[in-house]
Amino acid sequence: MATTFFTRKPRELSYNPKRPVWKEKPSALYQTVKVVVLIVFSVSILTPILLVVSTSLADTEQLVKAGGFVLWPERPTLEAYATIFKGPMVLQSLGVSMLVTAVGTILALFVTITMAYATSRTVLFGRPVVLAVLFTLLFAPGLIPSFLMIRQLGLLDSLWSLILPGIFGAFNFVVMRSFFMNISGELIESARIDGANDWQILWRIVMPLSKAVIAVVGLFYAVGFWNSFFNALLYINDHSKWPIQLLLRNFVVQGSGAADQLGITTTPPPQSIQMAVVVVALVPILMVYPFLQKHFSKGVITGAVKG
Amino acid sequence: MNSTTEQAPALPVARRVAGPAGGNASGSGPRKRKRIRVPQQSFRSRLRRDKQMLLMMLPGVAFLLLFFYIPILGNVIAFQDYQPYLGIGDSLWVGWQNFVDLFGNPDFVHAFWNTLYLAAWQLVFLFPVPLVLALIVDSLISTRVRRIFQSIAYLPHFLSWVLVIAFFQQMLGGAGFVNNLLRDWGMDPIPFMTNPETFPVMVVVQMIWKDAGWAMIIFLAALASIDNSLYEAAAADGAGRWRRMWHITLPGLRPVIVLLLILRIGDILSVGFEQFILQRDAVGAGAAEVLDTFTYYTGVVGGGWSSGAAAGLAKGLVSALLIYGANKLAHRFGEDGIFAKQVR
Repeated sequence: MATTFFTRKPRELSYNPKRPVWKEKPSALYQTVKVVVLIVFSVSILTPILLVVSTSLADTEQLVKAGGFVLWPERPTLEAYATIFKGPMVLQSLGVSMLVTAVGTILALFVTITMAYATSRTVLFGRPVVLAVLFTLLFAPGLIPSFLMIRQLGLLDSLWSLILPGIFGAFNFVVMRSFFMNISGELIESARIDGANDWQILWRIVMPLSKAVIAVVGLFYAVGFWNSFFNALLYINDHSKWPIQLLLRNFVVQGSGAADQLGITTTPPPQSIQMAVVVVALVPILMVYPFLQKHFSKGVITGAVKG
Repeated sequence: MNSTTEQAPALPVARRVAGPAGGNASGSGPRKRKRIRVPQQSFRSRLRRDKQMLLMMLPGVAFLLLFFYIPILGNVIAFQDYQPYLGIGDSLWVGWQNFVDLFGNPDFVHAFWNTLYLAAWQLVFLFPVPLVLALIVDSLISTRVRRIFQSIAYLPHFLSWVLVIAFFQQMLGGAGFVNNLLRDWGMDPIPFMTNPETFPVMVVVQMIWKDAGWAMIIFLAALASIDNSLYEAAAADGAGRWRRMWHITLPGLRPVIVLLLILRIGDILSVGFEQFILQRDAVGAGAAEVLDTFTYYTGVVGGGWSSGAAAGLAKGLVSALLIYGANKLAHRFGEDGIFAKQVR
């Protein structure tokens, strides 16, 4: 019987959190080790995030006293944010990132859904062809040829160079396709008998049944577009077209931190300015994270791991 | 025994209520797939029938051609003395010369060995972490704790490498949080982020921070699919915690572990491109130069298109061989490997 993450053992979910009778109680040592590992791992993930958010909100006085970083802002202020949004760079790059993410995700969903649906049923050729193509996707064409292709297409310094290379992901395609393949064949056949063509079947039957997987794949694409920085490093020279990640890299990671890069004259200390930029790049991800989590805990993703 | 994990990995069970309709076009197999139409008409009538389906494939096919298959062919410039103003058509063919030059180039050789070195670190120290985490999480009785931990652990996977490195810098950098504390306590600051010798450790720590939690998800799925009655029976027969793990849990996880290892090995030369390019300035090319960064700096930055492409191609070929070899090895050990089940 086929099984899914979280669907097969409801006992383990939340209804009945009791130790099975056959399971002995763990020794104190083992229990301690477990707790320590989990706590250390969680704290190490949360601390940097807390540090960055707090520092971006802290006021000058506290920052100077603490020597640059604080774990808790005593008198929170939005001064740093007000400052970064005064200059043109942050707003511009946010705009670029949002545009690329929005357009990219829509295009990516279109390409992935149509491709997944068209390959989820046997058409002219059968599964061996699809699988052979999928297998080649394990490899990558290489950096230089991809770059030359983008240049050949005249996309250098164009936002399309950030969008087009990302509109089809093999993993997302596999997830989508295996979901479509599990939609009842009778349903589709009966729609066809009623006179629906393939586009209508896709739009009226398959897509409404696949809302969850479309949401997840869409979010995956969106996160991917939002997070990608290397494409911009490769293809974009024009500063006004930098996405937020590239700005972050040049402004924070490369450590110059010079405020005039952002087109502003600084009053809050550079640390909180830098951290404010980090937070600006972080917040959208934190905002979609609950949705992501809700869906992948349903087993949508894990089900397709080997599909 | 572990038949449960070898079954078709499932999508939401509700979708699978309908039985297979039509035959299985790609031949038999343990896996039943629903087929709606069995190709049996002539090519032309099938073409007419599938017109719309084929039309739907167009965007995807166009993408694959433009950004995947044609660039793959573009690798021929590795055998040319490629000049941008001449183009691929008119550049001179030089045969294997670029590869000969590459392997005589100490920088490339260094990048090559450094890649393998960093990959070995990752394989040994990174691979087991998610497995151990998953075993711990799976053994948690309280679902509340379990869910909270999962929420925290999955989060960093969705952060970009730029953010991750920024976080690490603020925490551990020369003027970072930890070193500030150390200075306050009168100790010498520790150059976590800029010491080339400890760079491999740093790389692995960053990868664990970012992806170990997420990688857990696959192991958790496999763990959830192990039949509980096996544990129960074993416990009734007197098997303790560790014996159950050895005789039930690990065999149950074997297919997943093998699959992930193969993917890891095939990917081993791509040790983490963005991570290195972001830190190459801080720790220096000596420690952070890998094949991908070499390709980038030689080709795109330095304008050595052909040697960059040759380096990329060499890497691609070695990766392909590794995937193939690992897959073969998996079959030998009686596992499925990648795609095996579907093709069979």
